[in-house]
Amino acid sequence: MDRIVEHLWIIPALPLLAAGIIALLKRPHRKAAAALAIGSLGLAFLVSCVAFAATLHPAAGAGTVRLTHNFAWFDLGESTLRLGWLLDPLTAGMLVMVTFVGSLIFVFSVGYMAHDPNFTRFFGFLSLFAAAMLGLLVANNLLFLFMCWEVVGLASYLLIGFWFQKPEAAAAAKKAFVTTRIGDLGFFLGMVWLYHGTGTLLFYDKGAGCLEQGAIASLVAQTTLGGMAVSTAISLLLFCGAAGKSGQVPLHVWLPDAMEGPTPVSALIHAATMVAAGVFLVARVFPLLGASAAGLPADGHVPHTAALAVVTWIGAITAVFGALVAVAQSDIKRILAYSTVSQLGYMMMGLGVGGPAVGMFHLLAHAFFKALLFLGAGSVIHGCHGEQDIRRMGGLRKAMPATFATYAVGMMALAGFPLVFSGFWSKDEILHAALAWSPSRLPFALGLFGAFLTAFYMIRQMWFVFFAPSAHPAARHGHDTRPDAAAPHDSPPVMTVSLAILAGATVAMSLLATPVWPWFHAYLGGHLDHLHVGWDADGAVLATMALSTVAVALGTGVSWRLYSRSATGTDAVERLVPRLFGALRGRLYVDGFYAATVFRLNRAAATAFDWIDRFVWGSLAGSTAWIATGFSWLGRLLDDAGINPGFDAGCAGTRGTGRLVSLFQNGQTQRYLRLVGGGIVAIVVAVAWTGKK
Amino acid sequence: MTPYLIVSALLFSIGFAGVLTRRNAILVLVGVELMLNAANLNFVAFWRHGPNPAALDGVMFVVFAIAVAAAEAAVGLALVIAIHRHCRSGNVDEASGMKG
Repeated sequence: MDRIVEHLWIIPALPLLAAGIIALLKRPHRKAAAALAIGSLGLAFLVSCVAFAATLHPAAGAGTVRLTHNFAWFDLGESTLRLGWLLDPLTAGMLVMVTFVGSLIFVFSVGYMAHDPNFTRFFGFLSLFAAAMLGLLVANNLLFLFMCWEVVGLASYLLIGFWFQKPEAAAAAKKAFVTTRIGDLGFFLGMVWLYHGTGTLLFYDKGAGCLEQGAIASLVAQTTLGGMAVSTAISLLLFCGAAGKSGQVPLHVWLPDAMEGPTPVSALIHAATMVAAGVFLVARVFPLLGASAAGLPADGHVPHTAALAVVTWIGAITAVFGALVAVAQSDIKRILAYSTVSQLGYMMMGLGVGGPAVGMFHLLAHAFFKALLFLGAGSVIHGCHGEQDIRRMGGLRKAMPATFATYAVGMMALAGFPLVFSGFWSKDEILHAALAWSPSRLPFALGLFGAFLTAFYMIRQMWFVFFAPSAHPAARHGHDTRPDAAAPHDSPPVMTVSLAILAGATVAMSLLATPVWPWFHAYLGGHLDHLHVGWDADGAVLATMALSTVAVALGTGVSWRLYSRSATGTDAVERLVPRLFGALRGRLYVDGFYAATVFRLNRAAATAFDWIDRFVWGSLAGSTAWIATGFSWLGRLLDDAGINPGFDAGCAGTRGTGRLVSLFQNGQTQRYLRLVGGGIVAIVVAVAWTGKK
Repeated sequence: MTPYLIVSALLFSIGFAGVLTRRNAILVLVGVELMLNAANLNFVAFWRHGPNPAALDGVMFVVFAIAVAAAEAAVGLALVIAIHRHCRSGNVDEASGMKG
């Protein structure tokens, strides 16, 4: 067991190695790059499975399996910085999900990116991303998690801007980077504060880690601004980072724009894994968020703390906001992007009301079916030769049967169709927990409304893409009119196989969290050995299931009725409530609001600072320069008038003497001897003269 | 003894004057020889009229000085030849390489 956690670093190291090698490969080595990336991630998947198996059998009475391996990284003065690996059900479940979904998306990319000249670079970036994401999962140190978090952000930036020659892609990459950076500032501050408060950033360290009883009790005991516990303040700062990464309102604006990247990137990073990193972070530091004066949150009981209330409300608002905006979008990927925003809101809400097990199950389930939907969308786009507007698709059900079937599975899971789809059970758990949340019933109502909207917009999308009378010129006129208007075709097997596997996984996952056999709950909560098959659900569970089924049915029915009767080209909702539709299409003007406030403020500040720079500081610096110039002029005058003539005279005297003396020196021995002779004669005469006296 | 010393002084002065005024290196050497022999003459005169004429020491000095002077003349001539080769002339005015 300990050997596994000691060698947990292998999982992120494998794709990192692949990324390093691919970085050195030349462009034409496409097969080698793809093989390296897929091979390394596949191996990482196998290792993850071994790690996962190790978490299945907790030692008797130990509750959750939690293996750690800490080691010193370097010494800084008196203190030692220690890193570590952590293996618990949370990590293990995420590891398996990321490597599994990642491998499938890598395989899919081989088909999707087949015609791209920068195929090699693409796989290099993907591998780098996978390495950072896996590093983030195995970290037992908030600092290491943060480092990986940033590398993940970098990989996301690189991949959104993969087609950087498109101005929108470059702008979207920049937007994603800057927006998440705002959240990361909070994360960083929270981390520094946590270190200041506890003196360690290790999560678990045999009782001395920052998520364990001692450290958290001391954080809860201290208060800061407005009587808020320090633990709450740190939690909220860390949640800022999570909100930025996971696209929570009001930092969600980057996520829909991130769809400018290649579709496999949208599937992997902006749907299944990276955006879930924020949710994972909140689940990881859940003891901190749930800490109250009463102590750490116990298994199965979710406390009501201020931090968790914030998480819940933000999540609920995001869930409805994303679903509302998704109703009015017409870009196939943008609908899915807002749907992701909405689902991430659900996850946060789940964490807030139901704890890690509830939020994380929705995360894992969502990862599978959203990756499936995105890959399906990629397949549709691939088949339609780059067309992304759902109003110009239609009738693809016959042209792309494999894509249609798998997409339908993903759609039903996302919308929460009852019983055999994972999305139903995971969303149901969130709603059930929200119903039991004592502070307010509003999140439950919002969640239910979100479920209705989800069914509504997904049916709308399905209808436009697969059922509507074909808007395609080739299908309408029966023959090709333009060379680029070739009929839509289904994707090659390398792509559809991934879709089929993901669809299978989506259905299979629904078995793990039913009220009859709540395996996942027990796994994450650490009481697998008490698990038994049987019906022990109370009336609230049944009521929630019934309510959410009704919401889904209502959404489906209304949407289908509205759209199947409307003529092509126009949107039924647009005809009914044009002003509301316009507002939703304009994403409720959040982007515009930011453009009008934050950007304008920023620009005004920049202009003001430019002005101050130019005129205040500029003139100050200018006058200083003038004064300096004046002094130098004065100095020069003094030099010219006073000091130089004196020196010149001295020099002239020295030169004259030198010239005179040098007359005697002409290099001829005879001249020197003559002087010596004259000297001797003079001495002799002098001696003789004085001796005479 | 005075006449000897006067002759010796004359001889020295003539030699010195020759050394100082002659332009030909060989004649400068001749002047040096005259000065040397003036000194030899002084040795002999002081010995002959000195307190102990029987000791022969002045003569010994002179014989050695003549012998050494022969060697010195050889070295001097070699130097002159070397200078001649170097400057392509026997004129000592041309050998002004000592001027800085």
